[in-house]
Amino acid sequence: MNPRIYEMINDRAFPTPFCPGCGHGILMSAVLRAFAELEWDLKSTLFVSGIGCAAWIPSPHFKADTLHTLHGRAIAYATGAKLFNPRLKVMVISGDGDLSSIGGNHLIHAARRNMDMTVVCANNSIYGMTGGQVASTTPLGSLTTTTPKGNAERPFDLCKLAEAAGATFVARQPVATPIPLTRTLKKAITHTGFSFVEVLSPCPTQYGRRNAFRTAFDMIQGLKNTCVSAEKAKEMKAEELAAKVVVGEFVNSGTQKLLDADERR
Amino acid sequence: MELKKSKGALAAGWYFMQGDEACAEGALAAGCRFYAGYPITPASEIMIRMVTRLPEVGGAFIQMEDEIGSISAVIGAAWAGAKAMTATSGPGLSLMIEALGYAVITETPCLIVDVQRAGPSTGQATRPAQGDMMMVKWGAHGDNEIVALSPWSVQEMYDLTVKAFNLSERFRVPAFLLADEAVGHLRETLVIQEEVGVFDRLKTPGKPPFGTEAINGVPPMPAFGEGANLLVTGSTHDPWGFRKTQDSAVQARLTERLIRKIQDFKSEVIETDSHLLEDAEIGVVAYGFTARAALAAVKTLRTQGVKAGLLRLVSIWPFADEAVAALGRRCRKVFVPEMNRGQIAGEMTKFTSTPVIPLPKTNGEVIEPAEIVEGIRRNL
Repeated sequence: MNPRIYEMINDRAFPTPFCPGCGHGILMSAVLRAFAELEWDLKSTLFVSGIGCAAWIPSPHFKADTLHTLHGRAIAYATGAKLFNPRLKVMVISGDGDLSSIGGNHLIHAARRNMDMTVVCANNSIYGMTGGQVASTTPLGSLTTTTPKGNAERPFDLCKLAEAAGATFVARQPVATPIPLTRTLKKAITHTGFSFVEVLSPCPTQYGRRNAFRTAFDMIQGLKNTCVSAEKAKEMKAEELAAKVVVGEFVNSGTQKLLDADERR
Repeated sequence: MELKKSKGALAAGWYFMQGDEACAEGALAAGCRFYAGYPITPASEIMIRMVTRLPEVGGAFIQMEDEIGSISAVIGAAWAGAKAMTATSGPGLSLMIEALGYAVITETPCLIVDVQRAGPSTGQATRPAQGDMMMVKWGAHGDNEIVALSPWSVQEMYDLTVKAFNLSERFRVPAFLLADEAVGHLRETLVIQEEVGVFDRLKTPGKPPFGTEAINGVPPMPAFGEGANLLVTGSTHDPWGFRKTQDSAVQARLTERLIRKIQDFKSEVIETDSHLLEDAEIGVVAYGFTARAALAAVKTLRTQGVKAGLLRLVSIWPFADEAVAALGRRCRKVFVPEMNRGQIAGEMTKFTSTPVIPLPKTNGEVIEPAEIVEGIRRNL
């Protein structure tokens, strides 16, 4: 492991509160590895999170400034901090329910403004911390504590949502492939403007055990089987892709004008 | 509270200005350098003034997607080191209440201006009211203590904005300016002095940012980017910000300190203004725009042989309990005209056994002096 990572973690905060088999630990290490490989000083980095399991990834584990906010509002808090101090590198790490359901309005507007920040959405397709309720990202037919007969609502495609709202870097990766995930995070961190990374992270406790994935291993294996790269997807037919999730980089347009805090002064 | 002298944002002199605009100028004089807001009548003029004035003093402005976003951005900016504010009216304040408790538990200084309009709900957007007096105190879940001041003139829209910012920084607490549509849209003379007294939050590197040895202390507040590795959270936390969501001792100590850091020093906040009270038998308590009519009514009653006097509440929260108790001891009856159904009149009954008679008016119009005179004469 990159030794810089040890300087980036808060010893007092471990062990993590994550369940065995949770994907958030892999995501946590991928984020730290990305910053370490970029030789980034976390002193000028602010991590903002909302409420839910994923919101615990940066706070209290990262040795940096962390702002653990209200449910859904992380991006709005991050917007204020970034505007007042443009020298801060701002990364929001939160869950799918937090960022796309209760916080959906802030997500689309920060993307529209092309706010200079990185948003990492840990998508586990479920409300984990509160007991496995259906989310705006839960696949059709899934069993959850609030969809006992199977989810009848279509899930969001978060990457398409971010792209349509104006994000200038959009990508999706599963935690099952941590090396491409880290590579993508590095690109998102160094991108100027609004970057959005959806990270597919399994929740064996609340999602897997109620559905077809009985163990944490089944969930990781399931992610590997379901994900198909954007390059490969181009050669596949629509019916072949129906049950797949396309991963990779979808948008990377660095030339767009962004909302620069200094220009507002 | 020791204030340092600071040069104002406008040249000293006499100005003819609207209340909302004076509020914006007071904020700049107090050192406000960040504004986030969302359009709403009758507070929008504050935002419109700020969008041009903030860049002139090196501040940042953003119009957010809603009021929850506005107050959230304000709190984020405050932790980045800003004196920050937003302004709204009832419907927007309803949304902002979500983050009010967060600002209280994280001890985030910020100013929320509420230019009150007639409610409930959308009500009458352009009509004055004083219906949010209890909301700002009790709107957020859980016990909490906040600071609220109520201006009665354009001058006080300026002066009390400065004071509210100072108190907010002194106590690390969200402060409210409880204005109303009438004083917000009022135009009259504003006198700006050469210098204003301001208070800046204390920074003591190395000290815990969320706890003090004293049970009524205010901890120092570092900013993001200073290397403090700040752990800011809305969950119950220890003095360094670590979450303690199962520890009853930490919860008890934090909630007690959040109250006592203000209650034990409330004399620094409480401000009242007495008119003709020396020999008064009939007391009138009023605040905000209504106090102007109340003062006229008291003077009229004096000409009619009624020994009436006015206690004007300049600060609303923490409540002026001792002043109200003293008034009750002096007078045989106390009348409370207010543009709500008796919110402050009800609060007063906690502190005096003298009859407190509400004179409520909630038709979206200001209370006139003759109405107060008549209300008092009917109940003499």
